[in-house]
This record gives sequence, structure tokens and C-alpha cells, in this order.
Amino acid sequence: MTFSGEFFAFMALALVAIIGGVLLLNLNKVVHMVVALIFTFVSIAGVYILLSAEFVAAVQVLIYSGAITIIMLFGIMLTKPYDESEAKSGKWRKILVFLGVVGFAFAVYLGIYNFDIQQVPTTLHEDNTMQIGKGLYTKYIIPFEFVSVLLLAALIGAIVLAKREDKEADEE
Amino acid sequence: MSSIPASAFLALALILFCIGLYGALTKRNTVIVLISIELMLNAVNINLVTFSKYGINPSIDGQIFALFAMAVAAAEAAVGLAILMALYRNKKTVHIDEMNEMKN
Repeated sequence: MTFSGEFFAFMALALVAIIGGVLLLNLNKVVHMVVALIFTFVSIAGVYILLSAEFVAAVQVLIYSGAITIIMLFGIMLTKPYDESEAKSGKWRKILVFLGVVGFAFAVYLGIYNFDIQQVPTTLHEDNTMQIGKGLYTKYIIPFEFVSVLLLAALIGAIVLAKREDKEADEE
Repeated sequence: MSSIPASAFLALALILFCIGLYGALTKRNTVIVLISIELMLNAVNINLVTFSKYGINPSIDGQIFALFAMAVAAAEAAVGLAILMALYRNKKTVHIDEMNEMKN
């Protein structure tokens, strides 16, 4: 393994991403957790650039660190998250879940730690966005149209679910 | 040619997935559970983009799959938040262990 600039960039991005995730698990206030996760999302966008996926990186910054973080902050502010009542389930459940997750991670790591594949030269970095556009409008045109239907259904469903019911609105 | 082995990207995705899984299973606030699920979806996207570059036949398809996964994840976040709003209006709680209407 050579220590090139690419390698150092990957290490820095991976470190920031993992620190953001660990802070998500350990911080106390809900807003701080969400802000810690922005670091993770932005460094994942950097990892995409290392993988020569510039368009996906731009979409990651727009959708995740922009839209989803803001919508989650709205969700926090419209509810009342600082209600610090005690949890019913005890420490044992957390320990069991932790052991299960560590076992899962170990099992998957055994499968990937010496995964080595013959690298083939790619042209993904040349006109990346144009290649994605061509793929979307030729090979994947039907899934692309179905995504628009899905987004419409999600839009209407979210409005119907979050709308105040009429009789509830009359009482207030 | 990249100097980073593919297994480094896969290991990063594995760590992020495990963080998201632990958060989704142990946190009490529903918003944090939702955002942990988003983190798990992001880890899967890293795998897709990695194999679009390092696979046996490198092609753009992995990146397109990642874009589709992002669209579905955004729709899921919006609907999840709307369900959370409806639950909060009726039950005045955001804690996931107090949402047990279907239990008895």
C-alpha cells in the first residue's frame, strides 16, 4: 500500500465520518446529534468524489446534508424532545444489542478484509454527469419514471398524514 | 488506478452501517431512529458506488442505483416525519417505547 495523497484524503474523510457517527450515539441533546451527523454526510460526499462519482457527491450534499437534516430539525422542533423521562427497558437490552451488532460486524468483516479484485481502468470520471444522464434516459427510463410516481405518492401521503383533522381544528 | 484498496471502502461502509444499526435499535427518540436508518442507507450507497468503480465490469450502473436509493430514502424520511407528527399530536410523546397501541 503506498501512502499517496489520495490515501490520506480517504483516511481523513473516513475518520470524520466515523467520529460523526460516534457523536450521534453519545451526545445528549437531540439537535447536537443531528448536527454531528452533518459531518458524516459531508465526508461521505468526499468519499464519493474519491470513487469518481462527482454527481452523486453533489446530490449527497444537496439531499442529505441539506434537505434531510433540515427536515429532521423541523421534526425535532415541532415535537418536544427534551422530555427526559426514564426508559423502561434497562441496560441489559443495550448490552445485548451491542454484542449482536459487534458479532454482525465481525462476521461481515471476515468476508471483506482481504477482498481484492483486479482493478480495471475505468472512464467513470470523464463526463460523469453526462454518463449518468444517458444511463437514466436509456437503460433506466422506466425506473426513472416510477421514481416520479413514488415521489408524488410520498408527497400526497405526507400531507394527508400530517394534516390536522377537521374536528380537532374546530376544538381549538 | 487508485491506490486505495476496495476493502477500505467496504470497511468504512460496514462501520457506518453498524453505527446506524446500533442507533436505530437503542435510541428512544423517534427522530434519531429515523436518522440512524438514513445513515444505514448511506452506508449501502457507499457500497454501490464502490462496486461501480472496483467491480469486475466497472460501469455507471452502480451510481445510478445509488441515486435511486437516495430518492427512495428522501421519500421515506418525509413520510416517516409525517407519521411522527400524527403520533405526536395524538399521544404527546416522541419516545419509541411508549408507542405500543397495537400491542394489546
